[in-house]
Amino acid sequence: MNIYVLVKRTFDTEEKIVVSGGKIQEDGAEFIINPYDEYAIEEAIQVRDAQGGEVTVLTLGGEDAEKQLRTALAMGADKAVLINVEDDVEELDQFTAAHIISEYLKDKNPDLILAGNVAIDGGSGQIGPRVAELLGINYVTTITNLEIDGTTVTIKRDVEGDTEILETSLPLLVTAQQGLNEPRYPSLPGIMKAKKKPLDEVELDDLDIDEDDVEAKTETLEIYLPPKKEAGKVLEGELADQVRELVHLLHSEAKVV
Amino acid sequence: MSKKVLVLAEAREGTLRNVSYEAIAAGKQISNGGEVVSVLLGDSVKDLSTELGKYGADRVITVEHPHLKQYTSDGYGQAILAVIEQEKPEAIVFGHTALGKDLSPKIASKLQVGLVSDVTAIEGEGDAAVYIRPIYSGKAFEKVKVKNGIEFITIRPNNIAPLTKEENKIADVSALSVDITNLRTIIKEVVRKSSEGVDLSEAKVVIAGGRGVKSEEGFAPLKELAAVLGGAVGASRGACDADYCDYSLQIGQTGKVVTPDLYIAAGISGAIQHLAGMSNSKIIVAINKDPEANIFKVADYGIVGDLFEVIPMLTEEFKQLKVNA
Repeated sequence: MNIYVLVKRTFDTEEKIVVSGGKIQEDGAEFIINPYDEYAIEEAIQVRDAQGGEVTVLTLGGEDAEKQLRTALAMGADKAVLINVEDDVEELDQFTAAHIISEYLKDKNPDLILAGNVAIDGGSGQIGPRVAELLGINYVTTITNLEIDGTTVTIKRDVEGDTEILETSLPLLVTAQQGLNEPRYPSLPGIMKAKKKPLDEVELDDLDIDEDDVEAKTETLEIYLPPKKEAGKVLEGELADQVRELVHLLHSEAKVV
Repeated sequence: MSKKVLVLAEAREGTLRNVSYEAIAAGKQISNGGEVVSVLLGDSVKDLSTELGKYGADRVITVEHPHLKQYTSDGYGQAILAVIEQEKPEAIVFGHTALGKDLSPKIASKLQVGLVSDVTAIEGEGDAAVYIRPIYSGKAFEKVKVKNGIEFITIRPNNIAPLTKEENKIADVSALSVDITNLRTIIKEVVRKSSEGVDLSEAKVVIAGGRGVKSEEGFAPLKELAAVLGGAVGASRGACDADYCDYSLQIGQTGKVVTPDLYIAAGISGAIQHLAGMSNSKIIVAINKDPEANIFKVADYGIVGDLFEVIPMLTEEFKQLKVNA
């Protein structure tokens, strides 16, 4: 089976966020594989181990995304592809990213594409379905279970807490929800092996894409931090009085009850 | 310039979700005096269309088909694209719900347009509209504008207030017949796990429990308080990982993002993973035994104490308040 995983290098949002000049400061910050993409990588490895085939991890970004690709290879992916847009694309939105990724994939004949259901930095959740649509294949988002029997695929997906059980077929794109699996940590031999696994780098020229055709449709004007919350009021006194005061505050001051 | 705006209404178990009305309000602002057309898809949904008029839709278009009884991206995609083809809107608003998140990128891709997802506020009107959305798990915000093409956005439930309901307002309702074919996905079964009644992502009040709840039974007092306040029960990842509750209740970076009017965190330490899912709530109350708990840093009001003492007392006090009201 020819399996592709779309991964994104993301800012670890558990880090403190500093904004200066309308941009997020990235110096010295920790970067990780988007956590939802880790579920996708793990699932891809499990499907390959059960069905045979090859797992290719694919990312769009700059040189420094190689680190995350190597981590995916160390987990067990077979090959990696970096679509390096660092020098070619100034502004990148979901329209741009999805077009470039699908241009790369269109002659690769993937049977199964996996991705995270959302990236924790940008939070749009658009790339998976957009790529599927551009490739003309079906997609299922926020999956928590995947079973493949021949070309028949049975899926459980999370729908705002409810579970939907559905049937579809390959070729298919799915996006991973938490609960799909427990992503493995790269083992030491895995890390050693990863260094020798192929990591291809391609640029827009290799894909025959004109920058103007993938020009972003949206533009970020400004990034800012939410207004700092004033320190809250920790109530004092007898517990019964505190409870009474809290209800009073919620009712009369905050007017939320 | 005024714009024609198409807004998607969403029904769940035969009732319109609030986000349908919120989308109309967002549509009005983007339309800048233009027409707001609400679209309702399903197997039998005509009866719901009058409500959409009362909340400000100028027109309602229904598409009814047996294949639209359950959502599939293929079925709903074909229906909505047929409506777009007929109406040629200049802007489109969906809810940022499970359905909206799944469907909107497909439609945007098909139309070759941009899509601004998970919008929590809109500044300006018409061509000057600027969309505000949370990024980095709610720790920052960005202002986005659409450079060219249709203005397509999804709005996060509970953030954009619906317009005031006008009982005597009547929207023109028309039906569009669409041939829905070639569904590539067959829904076999839907297992309802989410809490009965109030939908967690749309709830005005959320009572959430963390590890401090200690057991599955420990959620009982939280459920009682939620019932009194007409709210929903949620949980931290810690409580879900410890098997005190189903993952469908999880609020956080993984899990649901909620922005209720009132969020009561009981026995939740306030890890960043959790804050990402609730820090934009309007009022946050923290109840925790540990006065140093991180949750107090984001709380508007805090009580240092045992949730098993505090929550039942709160329930009683709110009951009294309701009686006196």
